[in-house]
Amino acid sequence: MGHPRRRFVELPGEADLRLDPRETLRILTGFVQSEVRRAGFERVVVGLSGGLDSSVAAYVAVEALGAAGVVGVLMPYRTSRLDSVRDAERVVAALGLVAEKIDITPVVDAFRASLERPGRRRLGNVMSRVRMTILYDRSMAHHALVLGTSNKTELLLGYGTLHGDLASAVNPLGDLYKTQIRQLAAYLGVPRAIRDKTPTADLWPGQSDEAELGVSYERLDRMLALLVDARVSERTLLREGYPRALVRRIVRMIVRSQYKRRLPVIAKLSTRSVGWDFRYPRDWRS
Amino acid sequence: MRNVRVALAQIAPRLGDVRYNLDLHLRTAERARRERAQVLVFPELSLTGYVLRDQVPEVAQRLEGPVLERLRRACRRLDIVLGLVEEGPGHRFYNAAVYLADGAVRHVHRKVYLPTYGMFDEGRDFAAGDRVRIFQAGFGAAGILICEDAWHPALPWLLAQQGAEVLFVLSSGPTRGARPGRGVTSVAVWHDLLRVTAQFQTAWVVYVNRVGYEDGLNFGGGSSVMDPFGRAHATLSSLDPDFVVAELDGEILRRARTAYPLLRDEDLELVARELARIRALRYELPGEVDAAAQGVARGAPHESQPAAKVKRAVQDRRRGDR
Repeated sequence: MGHPRRRFVELPGEADLRLDPRETLRILTGFVQSEVRRAGFERVVVGLSGGLDSSVAAYVAVEALGAAGVVGVLMPYRTSRLDSVRDAERVVAALGLVAEKIDITPVVDAFRASLERPGRRRLGNVMSRVRMTILYDRSMAHHALVLGTSNKTELLLGYGTLHGDLASAVNPLGDLYKTQIRQLAAYLGVPRAIRDKTPTADLWPGQSDEAELGVSYERLDRMLALLVDARVSERTLLREGYPRALVRRIVRMIVRSQYKRRLPVIAKLSTRSVGWDFRYPRDWRS
Repeated sequence: MRNVRVALAQIAPRLGDVRYNLDLHLRTAERARRERAQVLVFPELSLTGYVLRDQVPEVAQRLEGPVLERLRRACRRLDIVLGLVEEGPGHRFYNAAVYLADGAVRHVHRKVYLPTYGMFDEGRDFAAGDRVRIFQAGFGAAGILICEDAWHPALPWLLAQQGAEVLFVLSSGPTRGARPGRGVTSVAVWHDLLRVTAQFQTAWVVYVNRVGYEDGLNFGGGSSVMDPFGRAHATLSSLDPDFVVAELDGEILRRARTAYPLLRDEDLELVARELARIRALRYELPGEVDAAAQGVARGAPHESQPAAKVKRAVQDRRRGDR
């Protein structure tokens, strides 16, 4: 996959992916403190995969709530990469977190036994939802909220499991593209091994985000920022040298995954319906 | 204009909790009095929070109601500017700001420009104000603008033309993150805007923006005082609650208006004439369109658009209507 023929001479400001990491961290810590405390909590649980996003989410949460305010939960499956657990434990040690390790193999394999040839994608979704179920259980046990770790790149493409890794109470990372999370990770001092590794959902051996998506995160984020944040037309993207097939595919992914970004659609039958004209903020009276 | 000590209260109101916010206002007023402020300024919707949506009618206050009564009682020896949802005549709900002095409501400004785009949905929830007026405060003449109002340059201009020496700009300005070299984005943009506003209108600008979080929005703070030369005095931190008392010096206003007599030289007649012409054309006002088009014909020789062309354009537009 080559580079676009020409680089942007004038990148629209809205598509500028560079962050001021210090100020961004101030916003995120304030956000986590405010959203957690106004809901009546002091603590969050976060699923630690050993990957970049959950590591950064844990660092941000510790910045906001202190180490005592963050419970890390490691949920490996028997096929999980060895370095996933190792890197998650590295985050636990670096931050001094309370952590729990819960092997999801028996639960997932029980599902597997009761399903007829689920295939790796369905099984991947099962894993993701088993982890969600455990996280929500741990959140109740610890009187804590589930911290979300989905980034903007994933949310826009629908590259996540509905009611699985997409589920959370509070998500500090959802408006940061993957490449922006890398900038934040460097500022936070997330261990190099985690920052440098190949991004993967690790739902089956050898899985890789960039191989599945067919494009590097650098390129993908630049396209998304132009399309979404700067409202640049597809035609301009083509003129800037992005291949037609890639642009088409990205746009289709954004459109087709809209349902993952919304609550279920409700048939309207009354004067005031949930989702339409019962309009209260989430932070209603809190 | 007399010198005046103004307190900027960069607070984080609690969303929809008028009782808590009222208490916060009264406590802040105590502090302002202790620090010998004469005017205390709160941000937009300081009594209610911002992302209200269907809570608007629930938190609305009548100016003669008990909440305003408590605040009016608190404004002895201290003028207070604050933001609220005002329930006006006909049960219209306004995003409003009041100036309280000597136990009375001295002035009400109802937000004229309700942003309804991007992350804003105010046009859905509020009635728009339809006037922009100055009022006399103890220190001199002043006017109030609420957030988006300040982005429409006609409004600060109209206040200055009426004689405003101080413009109070109350804001609930959310940020759009932080970029290298600019810090929290919207704060820098606001400062540019207000510096220019102060300079163009040769007036003091007192900007109070809120902080805190609502539904994932984060409000930027960065409240500031700009003098009539466009220089920032007493800028507050971004994102965190903060408080400062700044002295607005009447002599600086006099010096600025002497050095840059923009107000003296303003040609109101020209503006009124051109505005009448633009208005007639824009809205195709009967009987006035031809006169407006002829106005162009009577114009100076360098007038770029000949009358016939304008007339034709107007006729085309009329035909298009049918």
